[in-house]
Amino acid sequence: MRTVQVQTVTDTVREMCISVNHQLSSDMVCKLTEAVKIEESPLGKQILGQLVENMDIAKTEMIPICQDTGMAVIFIEIGQDVHFEGGNLEDAINEGVRRGYTDGYLRKSVVRDPIERENTKDNTPAVIHYSIVPGDGVKITLAPKGFGSENMSRVFMLKPAQGIEGVKEAVLTAVAEAGPNACPPMVVGVGVGGTFEKCAILAKKALTRNVQEHSSIPYVADLEKELLEKINSLGLGPGGLGGRMTALAVSVETYPTHIAGLPVAVNICCHVNRHIVREI
Amino acid sequence: MDRKITLPLTDEDARSLRAGDYVYLSGVIYTARDAAHKRMYEALENGESLPIEMQNNVVYYLGPTPARPGHVIGSAGPTTSSRMDKYAPKLLDLGLKGMVGKGKRTQEVIDAVVRNGAVYFAAVGGAGALLSKCIKKADVVAYDDLGTEAIRRLEIENLPVIVVIDSEGTNLYATAAEQWKK
Ligand code: SF4
Repeated sequence: MRTVQVQTVTDTVREMCISVNHQLSSDMVCKLTEAVKIEESPLGKQILGQLVENMDIAKTEMIPICQDTGMAVIFIEIGQDVHFEGGNLEDAINEGVRRGYTDGYLRKSVVRDPIERENTKDNTPAVIHYSIVPGDGVKITLAPKGFGSENMSRVFMLKPAQGIEGVKEAVLTAVAEAGPNACPPMVVGVGVGGTFEKCAILAKKALTRNVQEHSSIPYVADLEKELLEKINSLGLGPGGLGGRMTALAVSVETYPTHIAGLPVAVNICCHVNRHIVREI
Repeated sequence: MDRKITLPLTDEDARSLRAGDYVYLSGVIYTARDAAHKRMYEALENGESLPIEMQNNVVYYLGPTPARPGHVIGSAGPTTSSRMDKYAPKLLDLGLKGMVGKGKRTQEVIDAVVRNGAVYFAAVGGAGALLSKCIKKADVVAYDDLGTEAIRRLEIENLPVIVVIDSEGTNLYATAAEQWKK
């Protein structure tokens, strides 16, 4: 048994919230920098150039990359040999979010009730996905999610007969509908299989992957490449104002599913695809 | 075409802008997003007056991050405009001349833009750090309790925006993607 103080979790989450909102991961920085070179539309190129400049300003002057600093989505993998001490783990995570968003001058974008809509004023609670894994480590992935793109995400319950072509159509439909609302160039996370809720979580998890890497399953990697090419033929371009770079990456995650189903979730993210990992 | 425009937006300037124009806005602009629009709409329904003048003004759909000490404002990019579609026609009919946001608008909004000789501009979404540099002064003028969603009066200098829907109803989102489609 390894003992972990929940205070360590709070401190880690706090630091992650601040860091992730000011600095994109190096894979995202590479993709955006490459995109400027690939883009053919002059206006598109200009917009992408502004996005690169924006990243620099955010990092050096500590101004958040985007004003929508998101709802904090957290994936936490807990080794089954870990014992937490000093309080409730969920409270500790939310305390980290509270301090990170307050101390880091981040926007408080969470309302306590979806209908009554009173702001909680500290960006809590986070959306937390727990998993228990072998070992005695704790791995936290934080991916704050902006809602311009979140609102354009979709779940499709396809029929098995629709197969891989159905999956492609679903992704292209969601991206085309998202258009300029999702701040293209986008990153597209796709979850295929599982159940209604499982495919959505897979799609969210897909967004936390390194955008420079493809799936280790050969047919899935091919699907990712083909989808990216098809999306970048739609013409939406940066800002939806025309051009090649509609998406920077497509990541697909799969899971076993039922004989009668083919669930597909498309989680749209913008170019401010924030994700950060820390291990305790 | 690149243009420099000073706000408030005159009828003449508004009518002269064309979808696709790259414009640098300077002068005074007001922020308002979901909650502020809802309140303004309810005020009008109750026969009350609005906390800000609409005539020839421009609204920026923005909810900034808090300013760090010594800064005027935090990150300050546009939010998705479609959530304001329900309220925009009424404000345009009251004289609002321009809106700065990002993303698609409904036909009702496009019709109201044409009817009133107004303009819909897009700022680059997700460039809030860069755009914040164009904001020289920021004061909350109404609905302070709404926090980031309060109405702020901003003094801006050369805020870069693109005309998406012009006073003739041309919509760049519809035409530009067609042009680049493969
Ligand atoms: S969709 Fe992304 S880039 Fe656009 S405003 Fe939201 S968080 Fe920012």
